[in-house]
Amino acid sequence: MSERSERTTSRYTEFYPELYRSPISIFWWLERRSYLLFVLRELSSLFVAWSVVYLLLFINAVRQGDAQYREFLDWAASPWLLVLNLVSLVFVTFHAVTWFNLTPQAMAVRLRGRRVPRSWIAGSAYLGWIVVSAFVAWLLVGA
Amino acid sequence: MARRSPEPLVWLAFSAGGVASALLLPILLLLLAVAVPLGWVSPPDHDHLLAVVRHPITRLALFAGFALALVHAGHRLRYTLYDGLQIKHLKAQIAMLCYGTAAAGSVVAAYLLFIAV
Repeated sequence: MSERSERTTSRYTEFYPELYRSPISIFWWLERRSYLLFVLRELSSLFVAWSVVYLLLFINAVRQGDAQYREFLDWAASPWLLVLNLVSLVFVTFHAVTWFNLTPQAMAVRLRGRRVPRSWIAGSAYLGWIVVSAFVAWLLVGA
Repeated sequence: MARRSPEPLVWLAFSAGGVASALLLPILLLLLAVAVPLGWVSPPDHDHLLAVVRHPITRLALFAGFALALVHAGHRLRYTLYDGLQIKHLKAQIAMLCYGTAAAGSVVAAYLLFIAV
């Protein structure tokens, strides 16, 4: 008792074991494949943003006239932009696949009191994706 | 009355943006950023594209899709920066930057789709 009180009164420490958190490397996501996939999925946000910027630039060229539209297409065919857009396409598709795979987790659909099987929900999400893609493709290049 | 957090609304926009970007972006990018520039598909006629973009439903759908996709990306990037780079002491600045950029992009999209085209 006397020894303890002596220690607490005589020595002051800034070390609080209960507040200590071991430092985590900023490369923690390289340790496991699942971590890496998680971070890649999160990084897809950058490419989603770039895709929107690219499409806005496309619309801007279209509104300016036929010549500007052709010029934009030539610019889009430059190697660095093609590489960036191909990488973006991969990431955006990765986002879409992981997103649709998660829909059964996010939505619990009930029909006549019974829970609709997960595969049906994911399946209808993919079906919707196909329908929208086909419609957009028809609208742009098929019509 | 207790002050309500805007967080649930942001998550709602995040989900809607996730759906919008998953449905629209892959096909648009595949056609307009890869297939047409590479010459796999002949470029759509300029008049046809202008007519498509000027249709009221296209304007609304594209604006909603673009704005939600930008909020989605900003929100996701915000948490990626928190967890990945562990810069939690810059929380407010990161949130401002991510949502601010998304808002600015949405304004540009609204201008392009509703006024300029």
